[in-house]
Amino acid sequence: MNAILALEDGTWFQGVSAGAPGATSGEVVFNTSMTGYQEVLTDPSYAGQIVTMTTPQIGNYGVAGADAESAGPQVAGFVMRDPSPVSSNWRAQGTLRDYLTRNNIVAIGDIDTRALTRKLRSAGVMRGVIATGAADAAELVERARHITHMEGSDLVKDVTCAEAYDFETSLADAVTEASFGIPTRRTKHPLKVAAYDFGIKLNILRRLAAYGCHVRVFPASAPASDLLAWGPDGIFLSNGPGDPAAVTYAVRNVRRLMKGDVPTFGICLGHQLMGLALGAKTYKLKFGHRGGNHPVKKLDTGAIEITSQNHGFAVDPDSLPADTRVTHLNLYDGTVEGLRHVDKPLFSVQYHPEASPGPHDADYLFQEFLDEMEKK
Amino acid sequence: MGGQTALNLAVQLDELGILKKYKVELIGAQIPAIKVAEDRLLFRDAMKEIGVAVPASGVAKSLGEALVMVGQTGFPAIIRPSFTMGGVGGGIAYNLEEFKEIAGRGLHLSPVHEILVEESVIGWKEFELEVMRDCEDNFVVICSIENIDPMGVHTGDSLTVAPALTLTDKEYQRMRDAARRIIRRVGVETGGSNIQFAINPDDGRMVAIEMNPRVSRSSALASKATGFPIAKIAAKLALGYRLDEIPNDITRVTPASFEPTIDYVVVKIPRWNFEKFPQADRTLTTQMKSVGEAMALGRTFKEAFLKGIRSLELGKEGFLFRRPQFDDAEEEGAPGEEEDAGLRRKLVIPTDRRMWALFRALDKGWDVEKLHELTNIDPWFLQQFKELVELRKTAEMVGLRDMSHELLRTLKRAGFGDGELADILGVDETAVREKRKELKLKTVFKRIDTCAAEFESFTPYLYSTFEDTCEADPTDKQKIIILGSGPNRIGQGIEFDYCCCHAVFGFKREGFETVMINCNPETVSTDYDTADRLYFEPLTFEDVMAVVEREREGNVDVSCVVQFGGQTPLKLALALQEAGVTILGTSPDSIDLAEDRQRFNQLLWDLGIPQPSSGTAISKGEAREVAAKVGFPVVVRPSYVLGGRAMAIVYDVATLDRYMGGAVDVSHDRPILIDRFLEHAKEVDVDAVADESGTVVIGGIMEHIEEAGIHSGDSSCVVPPPGLGDRHLSTIRDYTRRIAKALKVIGLMNVQYAIKDDTVYVLEVNPRASRTVPYLSKATGVALAQVAARVMAGKSLAELGVTEDLTPAGVFVKSPVFPFVRFPGVDTILGPEMKSTGEVMGGADSFGMAFVKAMLGAGQQLPKEGAVCISVNNEDKGEVLPIATGFAALGFTIIGTRGTAAYLRAHGVECSVVFKVNEGRPSLADEIVNRKIALVINTPHGRESFFDDKAVRRAAMMAGVPCITTITGAAAALEAIRALKTEGLDVRALQDYYAAVGAEI
Repeated sequence: MNAILALEDGTWFQGVSAGAPGATSGEVVFNTSMTGYQEVLTDPSYAGQIVTMTTPQIGNYGVAGADAESAGPQVAGFVMRDPSPVSSNWRAQGTLRDYLTRNNIVAIGDIDTRALTRKLRSAGVMRGVIATGAADAAELVERARHITHMEGSDLVKDVTCAEAYDFETSLADAVTEASFGIPTRRTKHPLKVAAYDFGIKLNILRRLAAYGCHVRVFPASAPASDLLAWGPDGIFLSNGPGDPAAVTYAVRNVRRLMKGDVPTFGICLGHQLMGLALGAKTYKLKFGHRGGNHPVKKLDTGAIEITSQNHGFAVDPDSLPADTRVTHLNLYDGTVEGLRHVDKPLFSVQYHPEASPGPHDADYLFQEFLDEMEKK
Repeated sequence: MGGQTALNLAVQLDELGILKKYKVELIGAQIPAIKVAEDRLLFRDAMKEIGVAVPASGVAKSLGEALVMVGQTGFPAIIRPSFTMGGVGGGIAYNLEEFKEIAGRGLHLSPVHEILVEESVIGWKEFELEVMRDCEDNFVVICSIENIDPMGVHTGDSLTVAPALTLTDKEYQRMRDAARRIIRRVGVETGGSNIQFAINPDDGRMVAIEMNPRVSRSSALASKATGFPIAKIAAKLALGYRLDEIPNDITRVTPASFEPTIDYVVVKIPRWNFEKFPQADRTLTTQMKSVGEAMALGRTFKEAFLKGIRSLELGKEGFLFRRPQFDDAEEEGAPGEEEDAGLRRKLVIPTDRRMWALFRALDKGWDVEKLHELTNIDPWFLQQFKELVELRKTAEMVGLRDMSHELLRTLKRAGFGDGELADILGVDETAVREKRKELKLKTVFKRIDTCAAEFESFTPYLYSTFEDTCEADPTDKQKIIILGSGPNRIGQGIEFDYCCCHAVFGFKREGFETVMINCNPETVSTDYDTADRLYFEPLTFEDVMAVVEREREGNVDVSCVVQFGGQTPLKLALALQEAGVTILGTSPDSIDLAEDRQRFNQLLWDLGIPQPSSGTAISKGEAREVAAKVGFPVVVRPSYVLGGRAMAIVYDVATLDRYMGGAVDVSHDRPILIDRFLEHAKEVDVDAVADESGTVVIGGIMEHIEEAGIHSGDSSCVVPPPGLGDRHLSTIRDYTRRIAKALKVIGLMNVQYAIKDDTVYVLEVNPRASRTVPYLSKATGVALAQVAARVMAGKSLAELGVTEDLTPAGVFVKSPVFPFVRFPGVDTILGPEMKSTGEVMGGADSFGMAFVKAMLGAGQQLPKEGAVCISVNNEDKGEVLPIATGFAALGFTIIGTRGTAAYLRAHGVECSVVFKVNEGRPSLADEIVNRKIALVINTPHGRESFFDDKAVRRAAMMAGVPCITTITGAAAALEAIRALKTEGLDVRALQDYYAAVGAEI
């Protein structure tokens, strides 16, 4: 079956349907990771986005339960150059195509993804529509122009959990061992981590659990007092989709939490929210950072980390208050990748130390979080 | 940087205390790191320490120890000698007998007499990571490579693909973590390394196989595949730069401290030359047997794969979709069960032709599951191949006339070449091309930019595909396209890469924009910063025309140069010209004239230049007629070949019939060439450069050390020629000039001469850059290829200040390097078919010393004392006498086989007798193995004792004892040893030679 991807600027691509039939819309972005399409599909931070994989052969190793970063695919749509009809891996439980279809994800294949990527790179991310079957390109372009902009959108409310729950540690072991090996350190006493779920990736929970933490996950709307009432050793602010500035309730809660002295660690959206709570501003990047190869410099040691990235917004360094310093910089474009409060045990990174997909170079951040908690 | 050779040397220099004595610091990989990586036992222990699994294994220093080990690992067992290159001497043993043989050989070949006996992980998936680390422990993976042929086939003999295509992110990151731990533990403080892993496809168990603490063949491939120049960056890291201090040339704005991500697929396919070694075992094992490789890029695996296959230039044999020809069918047995069994065998045992067998099986409808069982190739790749076969079937069913835009687009996007489609559809390639034009299917080009288009690319490093948008952006500058030489093979290797690079430099100096087309990842010509623009493409008419058409969009004329890439571009010259492409330099018509036997004979006749009488034939009858006319012995060979492919010297009618019967690809356009063979003639090579005005400058007259009859590429040669009189020299100069003028050569020309009975004959003329151009350029200090390029661009030789024939800056000997050690069972005897895979040069003030250095370079240490064993045929006995006397005078003991010894004794040379192999024991071969003999002189005794001689030559080769198979070679060796004993070795930079004679560099 044919499919069309249409963009708000009037361009459109003719390809073939590679997932569920129907139509979908969202912000069209590209991801440059060469592995980990299932992790990308299931990362809640991609809510509202149509993700283009720049690497052409997608679906080769199929899909497996252990490779999901949430209950199922979260993307609005998926774009590939050459989707594989078969799966080949000892862990595979099915083909990507079936997975997309079963989860009602509209996807398009066989288009010039490089041409699309170059367009997004030079013009910036755009709104777009994928429709399968007989569709009129001009009409789809028109539809793309009427999609809500990502700026100002609170997408967190759609992906956060309904109720607080305790992460089942045993779930983590198999996956952790498959990929990371056994962590080098476990906590002396089980530490309690209260995690705000703005669209949390499973591997963050797995990493914390692997280091011996007992994690309770709270809905994004839970008041700060709920988290503090549990008596946590540390607070975690998760990744998530959309514009951080639009999640005003979360910013308020984070600000409240920071008044105390509970060590707090934020990743991605969590990092942006911490920045906002500290009084900084965020802004939208032209085409964002999405991939697994971005070099980040840890400023205190000068060490380079190859990082896993997925964000469209960033913290404006000029807006940072005096008591907050930048700890990590992106070597591609000099954007802020990490923050730390001068006096308080508050720190955050823009990228993904939990990887999945991506390199494990920044796993030490979980240890630092542990250190902060154990100091107390 | 210099591969295993440099690494081994570094270790030796360290062990001998030389580095310490002269306070030389090693930068890049350090000695302890080299030792951990290279010493199997240390490596295994190191891996244990950092928790990286390895296959069960043990190290043995003797056969006894090895037998204990294999008791633990079981069969099949892998044998790997320590410190050898390309896995030389390694192998897989399936039983005790095989094990003893391979282990014995491995122990012998290892410079430290040590082998590793290893648990077999044959059939597991094989991966490589190309990694880099800087002095601050920053670590990046440049490229992941997946071997399509699973474990058991050397990675140099495997089809490989980048990036790895069948690894989940979990598996890939686990491998990346292990690689990081490995490079850190091994202790490569700065630079690049190559780490190999195997993964059990059934349960994901991962083991590290080996680590090369240096740049390798794979890093060259990875550099071309990603656009990240590993060696260049490694050099900077060795100087102390950090990765983030080095800019990425391609994006300019980002640093080198990142991991390239690619939005295309890269396939590397090895090129073998088994046809030159008919006795060699074609089974692919852990010892590398290929001689070159082609790399291809496409937007999908299918596209890259088919482009790769077509890059190999295998002619019709390269077509994957052909139903088997008569020969194959015979081999496979009658249709039915027997045929299936034959096919099954071809799939189970990996050989250079397995991929063709695989396509045959798919064509017959064998399913992916069954094929996976037989080959262990990952089902994902098999599925891709299956889809290709299905596409072929669809295409065949529809036919060209009814082919829709959609189907043709699908076929082109899957990588089908016009030529391949023409073959499938039973039409002419032009028809496919016309159809493509009619349906407006045009090749586009995408850039290799290290970042999957995330950043703008400033380097026009391009590959073709069939997509929507083109990124070629041709300029409106005056431009010249240089056609490269494709994959290395015997007869066409890096010498042509050298010529292509210098052509680029020459054209650049004349103000042209240079555009390179080539598909060989091992070359400098395919560096993104050699030519102004680089197209990494197969060298076929279709692919070259696509580039020409794109480049013409800059609204300027586009010229092509075909002279520098060996035979490959030459074959395209006429077709390109017919398609309206300007060919710079010597006209394609002249090229054809030199190749066309009849036209060429006529030309020489008109010029009054002697040549051996000759004729052409396309049948046994015609061949007999020609032979009767010219007289035996004759040299026979097919038209349009390089490296003496299928060339033979034939002494009688029966052999001639056999040759004609076995000759393939013979037609009226491509007849068999039959020349009178000049026995015991002296052979001479000449390279010259000519300009448009008809000025001809001779680059050098090279005298072969071996007589005519041994392929010029396999013969050692020397400049200046020591054994030619002034009269012959001036005759040669005169002929060369007249031929160049008659052919209207603009650029380079090579002429081969033979001198017999005081007459100079022309054997062959090649109006193009030859194999010897780099050698002569180095010997004279004049970059001939660059001069030629500038002449082709319109300069005159006078304007360039090159008007006198060149003179060498010293005495320089070029010697061939042979791959025999990789091919057990192959005879090392030389003949008209070229077999060498490389060459070395030695320079000195005297011939003897230059020869010593050349031999040393080729890995042959000439002895200063000991026993010389002489075993020559009757004809050679007279000539060997002064040589034997000479050796005796230098203090060598002389040993001879019965006949030779009798002759020598009768002529006053003291000589003891040794048995020939079939006469008794200990035989000559035994004595070689026992290290009783320092040098062997053995000329062929004719058919009956062929196997005897062969055993001796092989024994000598395996024992590293120099074995000389020609009388002239023996005379040269004598002179060399004399020089070695009287002069001693010295070291001199090439620049010092030039300075001494005031040569211009």
